[in-house]
Amino acid sequence: MSPGFGRRAGPLFFCHAKGALEAASIPGGDRSLLERSPLARLPDRALRYGLTALAALILVLIVYFFVRLFGEARPAFAASGVLGFVFDNEWNVNAEHFGALPLLVGTLITSGLALAMGVPIAVATALYLTELCPRRLLAPLTMLVELLAAVPSVVYGLWGIFFLAPKLQPAEQWFADRLSFIPFIGGGLVTIPNCFIAGLILAIMILPIVSAISREVMSTVPDDHKEAALGLGATRWEMVRIAVLPYCRSGIVGGAMLGLGRAIGEAIAVTIVIGNAPQLAQHLFGQGYTLAAVIANEFGEATGLHRSALFAAALVLFVLTLLVNAIARLLVLRASRSKSRVGGSGSGESPADLGAAAAAGA
Amino acid sequence: MSEDRLARFAVSQRRRRTDRLARGLLLGATLIALVPLVLIVYYLLVKGLGAWSWSFFTTDPTGNTFFASSSIGGIKSAILGSLEMVALASAIAIPIGIGVALWLVEYGRQSWFAHTVRFFVDVLTGVPSIVFGLFIYIALIIGTGSTYAGYKGSLALALLMLPVVIRSAEVILALVPNALRESALALGAARWKVIFRVVLPTALTGMLTGVLLAVARAAGETAPLLFTAGHTNQATFDLSQFMNSLPYQIYNDVTSPTTEVVNRAWGAALTLVTMILILNLIARLIARRSRLV
Repeated sequence: MSPGFGRRAGPLFFCHAKGALEAASIPGGDRSLLERSPLARLPDRALRYGLTALAALILVLIVYFFVRLFGEARPAFAASGVLGFVFDNEWNVNAEHFGALPLLVGTLITSGLALAMGVPIAVATALYLTELCPRRLLAPLTMLVELLAAVPSVVYGLWGIFFLAPKLQPAEQWFADRLSFIPFIGGGLVTIPNCFIAGLILAIMILPIVSAISREVMSTVPDDHKEAALGLGATRWEMVRIAVLPYCRSGIVGGAMLGLGRAIGEAIAVTIVIGNAPQLAQHLFGQGYTLAAVIANEFGEATGLHRSALFAAALVLFVLTLLVNAIARLLVLRASRSKSRVGGSGSGESPADLGAAAAAGA
Repeated sequence: MSEDRLARFAVSQRRRRTDRLARGLLLGATLIALVPLVLIVYYLLVKGLGAWSWSFFTTDPTGNTFFASSSIGGIKSAILGSLEMVALASAIAIPIGIGVALWLVEYGRQSWFAHTVRFFVDVLTGVPSIVFGLFIYIALIIGTGSTYAGYKGSLALALLMLPVVIRSAEVILALVPNALRESALALGAARWKVIFRVVLPTALTGMLTGVLLAVARAAGETAPLLFTAGHTNQATFDLSQFMNSLPYQIYNDVTSPTTEVVNRAWGAALTLVTMILILNLIARLIARRSRLV
């Protein structure tokens, strides 16, 4: 990590040379660091060890939490075995029988919906903003897309259950009636909180993340590739299709997986709009349940085996998001690293954008 | 060249049509992406502004959710609780986060240990927010046998903010030109002086942006607070008691059958979104003044 001079390092240098001069006016400052007394070197070592301890703290914290979570989840795994817990199809609080399959399936359905609806729009938005957007509109449009990430999840839930769900119900009913021959989508009762709305809300929530990462990856496409395509006579869209999209494929997939991780873990918005029915979701427009929603919903009054089962659900959730995020980071890292070696001309990613991407992706 | 020779190089009608169609679709998709934002803001304003009043901001919720005739109160305790808990969470997460980022950039760099730390920070980034709440529940509520408290909610929020602060701070600190560090060292400054007098001041505005975005995120989270801070109606400055918060108050009110209570939820939602938007805008304004951009 050795950054060169920034654009503004010139004046920066002079005003911080002054700071450095002050810094040098300490006892022994005229001698090299190695020649100074141990006392003068103490702050350095204290800082180094202190900061290293902080970094180690992160590791210790995560390992500790993981171990404790597993410990609390043990009774539930002991009752039906790990695989038994995960794939058992009954989550019955009263009968004290806890199988997580309905939750797992609900999680997969809602996240799958979120990906199917959110990723194409997000990638299309990213493409528009990086390739086709007029210069003057770029900043305001980018800011607006990123503001989607600023809305808290509880507000998404509130808006979803009171505005979106009732508004979409007639359309959903129409779909259910017209497509009643398709087993999962059609037929069945259309309830106001349902899986589809949950998927839609999740799609809106992951849009800014996927869009931000896609934009980052697309901005690393070397200009030569794009100019070569244009020079050979390609239209704008053909240039995007030939030069930009194949280049960004793994990065976009990585961004989609980060969005998936976010969708899997979202508890509050989902529990408000999904109906919280602990049965295997039979219909797209019927109620469902997810791993995160069950924790938010039932943990408050859970005791004994029930609580342990919820901890087990949290563990499954944790491991799932861990896997998805690890794959995602691998893809995004590989995409940006290999391309930068080829001589990618990364456009100026301002710290605000990176910070926003970090915040949105976090 | 003659005209028919040139015609060979013209773009066919079909390709031109596809190009126009594709560009229209991309623009359309961008507009579709913005529709939810517009609708949410519109609905928040329409429903939320109606709930705003002087008493809305200065009275605590009364806990009456079923009898519409009696007063249901405002959201004072929620706002205060949110401010207190986010302030404490920031006070914990920001120093630790910047410290870890400093270590990663100044001392760890590309060592195997630094790579491990970065990996674990990435793990933290992906953890769902409700799991953070459970972590603190296990550690501080089961572990100590005590009950909900405001500071426990703050700790869960701090865990949430930590990876965001670390990552954005690391990016900014890495952008500080190496020549600055080297020139200060060459002038005889000790390492710690270089960090505190040269590196950190240079990176300050950039880090501030990342920090503000992390604070904005923590302010809006409900799930970590569900099982750590609990819920109460009184405003309190005691962080060792149950503490109300805006997201939790909204979450509570959403499922109420009384319309007034739901309207209060909309008003609280508007308050929360306004606070977060202000933080975001300040962050962006500061970012523009950053010297490392």
